[in-house]
Amino acid sequence: MRAYLLFPDRDPPVETPSGPRIEELRRDLDLPPVLDAFAAGDEAIRTSVERLLLTLLDDARLVRYRQEAVADCLAEPDTVRELYRIVGDALEAERRAWGWLERSASTVLYRSLRVMAGLLDALRTMRRIADGPGRRFRSRAFTGLFERLRTELDDRFFDEAAGHLKRLHDEDRRLLSARLGAEGRGVDWTLRTPRAHPVPLWRRWVPARRDRHTVIIADQDETGHRILGEIVDRGMGTAAVALGRSTDHLVQFLRALKGELAFYVGTLNLHDRLIASGNPVAFPEVASTGGPSCVAQGLYDVGLALRLARPLVLNDLDAGGKRFVALTGANQGGKSTLLRAVGLAQLLAQSGCFVGARSYTTGLASGVFAHFRREEDAAMKLGKLEEELSRFSAIVQAVRAGGLVLCNESLNSTNERDGSEIATQIVGGLVDGGVVVVYVTFLFEFADGWRRDRPEGSLFLRVERLADGTRTFRLAPGPPLPTSFGEDLGRRILGPSPALEPPAPIAG
Amino acid sequence: MSDVGTLGYRQEVCRDLETPPVRAVVDAFATSMNTMHTKLARAERLSFPYQKAMWYRAGVELYCGAVEKLARDLGDVPIASTGLRELGAYLREYAGSAEFRALSDEVRSLGRELEGISYTLAIHASRIAVHLYEGEVDYSTEVAATFERFRQAGSKTYDFRIHELAELNHVEEAIFEQLVQLRPEPFARLRVLASRGAAAFEPAVLQFEREVQFYLAYLDLVAPLRAGGLGFCYPSLDQPPRQIDVLDSFDVVLALELQRTKGSVVTNDLRLSDGERIFVVTGPNQGGKTTYARTLGQLGYVARLGLPVPGRRARLPVCDRVFTLFERGEHPEDLRGKLEEELTRARAMLDGASGRSLLVFNESFSSTSLRDATALGRRVLDEILARGAIAVYVTFVDELSRRDPAIVSVVSTVLPEDPTRRTFRVVRARADGRAFATALAQKYGLTYEQVRRSCAP
Repeated sequence: MRAYLLFPDRDPPVETPSGPRIEELRRDLDLPPVLDAFAAGDEAIRTSVERLLLTLLDDARLVRYRQEAVADCLAEPDTVRELYRIVGDALEAERRAWGWLERSASTVLYRSLRVMAGLLDALRTMRRIADGPGRRFRSRAFTGLFERLRTELDDRFFDEAAGHLKRLHDEDRRLLSARLGAEGRGVDWTLRTPRAHPVPLWRRWVPARRDRHTVIIADQDETGHRILGEIVDRGMGTAAVALGRSTDHLVQFLRALKGELAFYVGTLNLHDRLIASGNPVAFPEVASTGGPSCVAQGLYDVGLALRLARPLVLNDLDAGGKRFVALTGANQGGKSTLLRAVGLAQLLAQSGCFVGARSYTTGLASGVFAHFRREEDAAMKLGKLEEELSRFSAIVQAVRAGGLVLCNESLNSTNERDGSEIATQIVGGLVDGGVVVVYVTFLFEFADGWRRDRPEGSLFLRVERLADGTRTFRLAPGPPLPTSFGEDLGRRILGPSPALEPPAPIAG
Repeated sequence: MSDVGTLGYRQEVCRDLETPPVRAVVDAFATSMNTMHTKLARAERLSFPYQKAMWYRAGVELYCGAVEKLARDLGDVPIASTGLRELGAYLREYAGSAEFRALSDEVRSLGRELEGISYTLAIHASRIAVHLYEGEVDYSTEVAATFERFRQAGSKTYDFRIHELAELNHVEEAIFEQLVQLRPEPFARLRVLASRGAAAFEPAVLQFEREVQFYLAYLDLVAPLRAGGLGFCYPSLDQPPRQIDVLDSFDVVLALELQRTKGSVVTNDLRLSDGERIFVVTGPNQGGKTTYARTLGQLGYVARLGLPVPGRRARLPVCDRVFTLFERGEHPEDLRGKLEEELTRARAMLDGASGRSLLVFNESFSSTSLRDATALGRRVLDEILARGAIAVYVTFVDELSRRDPAIVSVVSTVLPEDPTRRTFRVVRARADGRAFATALAQKYGLTYEQVRRSCAP
């Protein structure tokens, strides 16, 4: 029996993507606080959500499968949370039952029944849910699960399990067989049923002449009795395996179910937090073709919304069909925030979750990569530029057509001419290789050159400033300007300086 | 091992081992002998005589099989070396001897009889009645059948931790003693066999095994590299004058690593003409300097062993010893201590080196100032030159490369055309350390064409 809550026909991935590229993405998109909000203190949720966020779905139909299920959860949050709790409690009880005991054949055997009884209780409760509130669910994921719970959970298995365990438990005589192995010890240990015929029972158990080859363990020989137990254990092995495995199957099913439910409980947690912060959420429309070029209304950075817990400045972004998006303009004007918002929205969208926006349309990305400027890496062995290039190189090795690459002030570590030249080469190669690049940059030569050379298929956004110089934290279409606005900061923090000219008025 | 005659003999054997038929024959032998040693070592540690004897018997069976097969197979494959030809003749005589035949037959028949013994234990409370097995039914299968329907695809095997110490405990020994009484004959023969101990093995066979393992290990190590197109060759061994002339060589260890990570290897030529003694390697970091030094060190070392060296063609001097001074990363914060330690090691190297030695210095004395590094470098190079030894000296001090006519300046370079190459060519050139941003971009495979091709291959 399978949960099939995340995929209609298969189990979810068991590995969380990892490696340096993923670490960079996690760090640059500032995923930890977002995962915190999903998890709400539950590590299982964090693990599950993280895995699914980083494992991009490659099929728009799967995205819709999950979106339907998330919508179900938003409609029936209490039922989903209740189901999750029941499964979690049952697994916790099972885990405690084993404790520190070693998994010898007899411990497996004798604990299987107790564990099974606990699991049975949980399964009965689950079936009650399936019979009751479960009937209100509409998504393929949840209706399928509840249907399977109703049909496949009969009591017969547990009755039979109990019957066997009882027999094995009560038995105080054992008949084992073995074969002499090359190493001098018995091999192929097998628990045997005493033969009813033709050897009479008394000949099996009553010491007779035939049993003159008998080893008797002295009463005070405690080690000997322990060893005898171990020998019996070997014979019990296959029986214990059969029972233990049955328990394991149930536990594995419940673990899998918990892991899959965890994602949905996580979306409930995140939903609560975002709604409480006063920001909108929307199920994105994910197209199966066209790549990760997005069109967004009211987009914001979910991480920032969680941190500030208040309504944020929302951005519109029409990058539909664009392979290159340049974000330029003053420091602290919202460029990095928008870049993160795009990256995070792509991950959320491709996991089947809602995104932080009023509406959002995108296509499937074959991979999401981040290349953010590093400032502090003390352990850096390579020079700064080499460090940047080596990260770019790694991204280039990994990215494929349809990928999304987010660059934040990349190649700022060398002079503008060299930086622009290298950026033009890299981004040109990426874009022409079918990759979408969103790039926050101060490299005027690069951005301006691109705007002049290949305006089609590109979008240029600039930090919006009002006539009086205040920033709105919105980005609006506009060509890159030759100077960055570091002076702004300088003036504000350091005070006016005669060396700094007032900025030229900005058009458009 | 610097005797040219011995090296020639070894090279000959090694060439034989490189032919697939000979290799297969010797491999099979080495594998069996390895297992045999494991069994005998186990037997040594056991105390219960019957169990000890069973392990011993298993070992002897492997030994007999390995010897018979090797004797037979060596006659069937073409052999060019004196070493292996003589071995084959000897083994055929040994394997055909009456004494060996008797041993071989006895261990096999005993093995069959002993391992055919099946028994049952009827356990009640503290009594264990031991019988020979009479076909009783397996209860486990009855239980398993009940739960069969719950089996899921992909369920993993279920292993218990059973305390299987190698050694039998006293209860198992007591059970064993009962078995011996139930079936006394084979066990009596087993004891007789075991009393032979080490005398059952022929010392010459054991010696051959030890030596051939050494050849095989090296050939195995480099086999994947050769399969990947890298050249190995038997160097012609040059007595004085000490010229070096190696074509397309490389660092074997790095090449193995690159092969694992799918990188490709850049090879280098190494040449020292008459009167030239020392390579001083300078140039940009990450450019292959250390690799170059290691390559030369490996060439010198491997050639001494009579094995094929990395390179398509090689003329190498026969070195008496190879000394290396590589940074040890233990206490990077203690610069003074590190320098002191390096100098101590350098002193020991220089003291031990003769005119026929090879010395490898990698980024030595780099923890000190440029001035100190220059002075120390000069001092060390002068002493090597005075000895007449051959050396490679990797340094960031360009000036050292111009110290003496016997010093050859080689410089690491960046390869623009192929981004997958992670080691770089080191060429004879005047030292001048400069690197440019675009060259770097090329080095990292980040030109427009490289990037585009990588995204949409």
